[in-house]
Amino acid sequence: METRNSIPWFGVMAALGTFGLLLIAGLDFALAIAVAILWIGTLFLATMRAPERLQVQQDKTLSRDNMSGLIEHAATPLLLTERNKIAEANRAARKMLGKHIIGQDVRVAFRQPEAIALLDKGRNGTAMVRGLVRRRDIWRMQVQGISDDLSVVELVSRTAEADISRAHTDFVANASHELRTPLASIIGYVETLDEAEGDIDQPTERKFLTTILREARRLQSLVSDLMSLSRVEAEKHDQPSEPIDLAVVVERAARDAAGSERASRLIFDLADKVSIAGDTQQMEQLVRNLVDNAFKYGAADAPVTVKIDRRADNYARLSVMDQGEGIAAEHIPHLTRRFYRTDPGRSRASGGTGLGLAIVKHIVERHRGRLDITSEVGSGTVISARFPILDDQSAGQPSTAS
Amino acid sequence: MSDHTVKAFDEDITRLRGLIAEMGGLSEVAIQGAMDALVKGDQELAQRVVDGDKKIDALETEVDKLAVRVIALRAPMADDLREVIAALKIAGVVERIGDYSKNIAKRVGQIDGRQHFEPLTLLPAMGELAGEMVHDVLTAYSARDPDLAREVIATDDKVDAFYNSIFRNLVSYMVENPATISSAAQLLFVARNLERIGDHATNVAEMVHYAATGVYPPDDEG
Repeated sequence: METRNSIPWFGVMAALGTFGLLLIAGLDFALAIAVAILWIGTLFLATMRAPERLQVQQDKTLSRDNMSGLIEHAATPLLLTERNKIAEANRAARKMLGKHIIGQDVRVAFRQPEAIALLDKGRNGTAMVRGLVRRRDIWRMQVQGISDDLSVVELVSRTAEADISRAHTDFVANASHELRTPLASIIGYVETLDEAEGDIDQPTERKFLTTILREARRLQSLVSDLMSLSRVEAEKHDQPSEPIDLAVVVERAARDAAGSERASRLIFDLADKVSIAGDTQQMEQLVRNLVDNAFKYGAADAPVTVKIDRRADNYARLSVMDQGEGIAAEHIPHLTRRFYRTDPGRSRASGGTGLGLAIVKHIVERHRGRLDITSEVGSGTVISARFPILDDQSAGQPSTAS
Repeated sequence: MSDHTVKAFDEDITRLRGLIAEMGGLSEVAIQGAMDALVKGDQELAQRVVDGDKKIDALETEVDKLAVRVIALRAPMADDLREVIAALKIAGVVERIGDYSKNIAKRVGQIDGRQHFEPLTLLPAMGELAGEMVHDVLTAYSARDPDLAREVIATDDKVDAFYNSIFRNLVSYMVENPATISSAAQLLFVARNLERIGDHATNVAEMVHYAATGVYPPDDEG
């Protein structure tokens, strides 16, 4: 708009012309000069002023657009409902409940009876809602009406608190029994040695000491497994966001688990460049547990295959295959339970704590993956875990957290 | 779904989906409640589950009426028709899921000596899995997500494996402890109900897949 600031030539010419005409018409010279100066002066005043924008301070009230802009980047899931439809949902809410909810009936996003009761009531209030996204989670839902039709729904996760108290009771119930058994035998043997006061011959004493050491070691690995289990459980609800290269992590951890004497039995079949959102340490632990199990329960000398493949539905699948005697079908559903053993004697003899797969399951769940166990008696077991692949263009997918 | 010239049709479809979601929410709570009541022996909770089933039935009637009205008044075509028909069928299946939960709740009072009744510990994990299937399939329905629907279908095998495992366990338990046969037999029915819930969830998953893609899901899961 450069014309605004330039000298208004046309106006000036018109003013000078009028000045001439006034003189010709025989007006007083001073009056004609005054008219011309006034004319030209106003012309300059009008054009040299900074251009004024008329619409600057119009809408002071928040429009729907402003409002959605306001909530869009909030970290807590926020939704705007209009009558009983979802009008807006911010990014966090879309990630949690899925993009499809906008424009849908509120009940499509909140089908839980507690939530529906709260929304039906129409006015402000809060409710604890179970199973909003995953089945076990608990959210506090707050509804705040802002006009006749519009309400804001805010969601705050309460899952972690509820989980911690449940985990504590579980832990005490499960662990105390498992810890008592090795302790009892340690105490028993030590008492025997103590009471015998040298009456025991050398080889028997040796044998006793070996048993004590073995039981103490078992106790040690039990405690460390219990600790990692509770650590994984504590972090279960914050999904890892760090991108990791699955193949690199898996290969390193598998070699680590195999050790130098078993490394030659490992077979790798890894797809390259599979990037998932993961916690490196926990992924390594997952692989270690699986590979260790495969060696432990597979046939001696038979190879253990570690495989990663990409699946069409945007999942990476990590499988560990052994060629052992397999697991009978009736045991498979229970394998991920803590301290569940198909053959207690054998598991204890090989130093198993009964927690390996429980830890694996929790790690997989934390990574929003799925664990599958298939086994054929006589030919071997395949344990596979699927994880959503991290795409460059769609970080944070998939939207349907399941 | 793109908007229709007749705005009221969109309204009706949205309401239909809302009603089904509400039914689904209630049936999820029913499964959870029934299993909790069973494990804890909580008669009161069991009674609440039984009473709650009436609400599910009422909603099903409402879905029926609305769906029939939509078909009669708007004569939907192609995928709109598919949507309405799917809603009608899914409502029926969800109602059945509610019935199975009610059935489980009704058996709570018929199990005695629960403190030392070992087989009781086998069932919660199966209930968990069946409940998860129902949860996931409802989410898949809301999101029209065929991938999640396929996931649900794949989970059914696990529920079946559970059923077989529990069946064998219970039978051998009954052989060893003849005094508990009547209680253990009740648990067999509970396991059976859970297995049926899984099957119904699979049914819904197939319908969701069909409504979303127009084809039934392939059988194999590579």
